Amino acid sequence: MSDLRYSKDHEYVALDGDVATLGISDYAQSQLGDIVFIELPDVGRKVAKGKEIAVIESVKAASEVYSPVSGEVVEVNSELGETPALVNDDPLGRGWLVKLRVGDPGECASLMDDAAYSGFLKTL
Amino acid sequence: MTELDVATPAPPALAKLPLDALHRRLGARMAPFAGYDMPLHYEAGIVAETLHTRRAASLFDVSHMGQAILAGAGAARALETLAPADLATLAPERTRYTQLLNEYGGILDDLLITRLPGVEERLLLVVNAARKRDDFALFNAALRRFDFNPLDRALLALQGPRAAAVLGALLPGAEDLAFMGWRAFDFGGAPLFVSRSGYTGEDGFELSVRAEHAEDLARLLLAHDDISPAGLGARDALRLEAGLPLYGHDLDETTDPVEAGLGWSIGKRRRAEGGFPGFERIRRALEQGPSRMRVGLLPQSKAPLREGAALYAPDHETVGLVTSGGFSPTLQRPIAMGYVAITYANVGATLSATLRDKRVDVSAASLPFVAHRYFKPAGKDAR
Repeated sequence: MSDLRYSKDHEYVALDGDVATLGISDYAQSQLGDIVFIELPDVGRKVAKGKEIAVIESVKAASEVYSPVSGEVVEVNSELGETPALVNDDPLGRGWLVKLRVGDPGECASLMDDAAYSGFLKTL
Repeated sequence: MTELDVATPAPPALAKLPLDALHRRLGARMAPFAGYDMPLHYEAGIVAETLHTRRAASLFDVSHMGQAILAGAGAARALETLAPADLATLAPERTRYTQLLNEYGGILDDLLITRLPGVEERLLLVVNAARKRDDFALFNAALRRFDFNPLDRALLALQGPRAAAVLGALLPGAEDLAFMGWRAFDFGGAPLFVSRSGYTGEDGFELSVRAEHAEDLARLLLAHDDISPAGLGARDALRLEAGLPLYGHDLDETTDPVEAGLGWSIGKRRRAEGGFPGFERIRRALEQGPSRMRVGLLPQSKAPLREGAALYAPDHETVGLVTSGGFSPTLQRPIAMGYVAITYANVGATLSATLRDKRVDVSAASLPFVAHRYFKPAGKDAR
């Protein structure tokens, strides 16, 4: 996927027209460890920027995923029901979580690009 | 993602394990636990480390646990005033599991006690990391006429079906130790304490070694193809699968040994004679049955049920509490344990819990979830 934008909470979005594909970064999946269950939202749900959009259960703990942009859920990754470990194996590809129709594409532009996110990770 | 779930750098106040450098070279993800910077998992991850332990064997660093020696004529009898096990008859080179109790029979800690060989009466104690300061203060105060000395030794656990063959090749004779047997071997000119015990449900050993020899021992064991390093995460998954309670979660001062399912560890003579804290309450629980029991719990959901979740009866009354919960790598499903009112503690009882605003059915189940495979020599009673 091209042109990924990252939040400080380690979510990414990839914008295609007015639809954003949302997932968690490779750093985030490596921090979580083995993922065993993912609770995804219902299609049609409206999510405000910064609000919980999914919950990821690793062997050790449950972690909330916050949406870095506002929008309406138009699709969820149904493969994750059977194979949640896709998020570990391919977080930026087949391990995507949710597609959102965004109200304000400008919200994506305010997130970090690859270089800024790499720099941010070095400060952690 | 929530910031809390992403590992934060360890504050400098954390104590370092003797094998700290080795853990980092092995690619460990470190996390604070009981004041120590501990390996949570290595590159393989918690699931792979758990499965490897059940299939071959894993090496765990449990040097955070407290080790000490209590010495002096009558030390075992004196310890019986704090714990309900029969310690006076504990034979040399045998290990016994017990609990330190408060005056209400609540559990202050659980521990292993080994009677060391030799003419002098000496007991080796291994206690939980988070409790060692309090335990040691209790021993110093309550057992003042004995010599009490904390040991500055590393403790490694080698656990899994291949543990005996691998350790036996390094220390001939170790493979013949009985379950809960103990022996001192020579390693690098210093004594290495080997106990056939552990907290994974598998056959295995706990190895107490001088801190300066710990890395040599760990490297020798890890050089074997069958042995991989495993962290606290796998240790927690393994002990939950094995139905073993963890202090601070499934055991604390509000739980007593009977309701915790540890009545087997209270000696026969002790049940009759008492002489340990909380005896009256524990005798009542033994005679009349406890009002609640620690049981296994199988959530009928894909998401794990976690510690702290309330358990409800079909009429919505709160009848229990989850004290440990997670995902079982061996069974590939969520498992949990907790305390449930005795009327709902029978296997198969239907309960429910709330998981993020959704109701989840939960069945009470027998423990362990994964059968124990402790070593029993043919034709001998290992206990």
